[in-house]
Amino acid sequence: MDIGTAVAGLLTLAILTFLYRDNPIYKMAESLLIGVSIGYVLVITWSSTLMSLLFTPLLTDGRVWLIVPLLFGLMMFGRFHKRTLFLSRFPIGVMIGSGAGIAIPVMLEQRTLKQMTATVMPLVTESGWPDLSALVVLLGVLTTLCYFYFSREHKGAFGIAARIGTWFLMIFFGTTFGYMVMSRMSTFIGRMEFLLTDFFQLTG
Amino acid sequence: MDRKIAVVICFAFGLVMFAQYFSAHPLARSVNQTIADYWQIIFAFALIVGVVGFLNNNFQQVRKGQDRPFRLLSLAGFVIMPVLAMIWGIKTGTPFLWVFENVQVPMQSTVFALLAFFVASASYRGFRARSVPAAILLSAALIILVSRSFATGPLSDWLPGVAEWIRNNPSMAARRAILIGIGLGSLTTSLRVILGIERTWLGGGK
Repeated sequence: MDIGTAVAGLLTLAILTFLYRDNPIYKMAESLLIGVSIGYVLVITWSSTLMSLLFTPLLTDGRVWLIVPLLFGLMMFGRFHKRTLFLSRFPIGVMIGSGAGIAIPVMLEQRTLKQMTATVMPLVTESGWPDLSALVVLLGVLTTLCYFYFSREHKGAFGIAARIGTWFLMIFFGTTFGYMVMSRMSTFIGRMEFLLTDFFQLTG
Repeated sequence: MDRKIAVVICFAFGLVMFAQYFSAHPLARSVNQTIADYWQIIFAFALIVGVVGFLNNNFQQVRKGQDRPFRLLSLAGFVIMPVLAMIWGIKTGTPFLWVFENVQVPMQSTVFALLAFFVASASYRGFRARSVPAAILLSAALIILVSRSFATGPLSDWLPGVAEWIRNNPSMAARRAILIGIGLGSLTTSLRVILGIERTWLGGGK
């Protein structure tokens, strides 16, 4: 067994000890994971963003206009002191503003219009029979939207529609839950397979 | 005054990014790319602010003697990654990637796997078919779980199909309505932010 597998196996076991209860071995592994993850993100951000997008083009290629994002970035450090806190609002303004500007057309196109287009489908098949699936989707979208419409009291026919909407929402939550549990379970099976095959070398 | 300047900056960048979407001119593409790069650079600096906060918090806890061994281990884990990257680089086969593959990845995936047990035990305690919506939720979850795990014999012939139909139709319908709501909500919030009506992002203080 190579040293990498041994380390990975021991750390996997350390995390799994949490199944018994919170204990110092788990806490040690957790602390190490936090530190290593932050260190990893910092290194990757430094090399893939700050070096390749800022410092190399600025210092080597002479793209002087990159001083603008550099200054905005340095203003973020204003958060370290109360007196300079106001400086950090400018780069945050750039991020929030550009994010919001991009979000308006993208959200309208990708989230709203595309979903509406996909919902409005032929409700009758070529053979003349109603398309049950398309009917269910249309009913589900309309009733769920009724549930999320809070400007009118959920009473009468509108209330019934909103109630049916909650049933569709429950189906959505149930399926999402089921798939989430299954994905976590498959990750767990992967870890067990690693432990039994590579670490303990019990199976071939 | 600084708040007004921040709002003006937000408005200007928002307007430029909104307007460039409607133009196929190379200049518009170039502006889009430049501001996207600015965004990434500022985000990287924001990340450094977060890292400094992490270090500050850990050093304070070490000084107070709270969870000292664990805090020191966190700091050691944090320090070792940049040190390895500085000495050997970050390419394939370097110690930096070795630590990532043999320390970070196994622990991360095990933590994710652990959630399966806690979600399952929480649902065992929480899922009670006391009302119609709760019964529907329980049934949908059970159908998905059974179809994906131990459905054998006659069940295996039709249950996966039923699960697939539920996922692609009633579940998809609710998901679509949620997405439409998210889209409209994001749209209005973005407009409020750009126009300076929504100013909570400026935070408190002077």
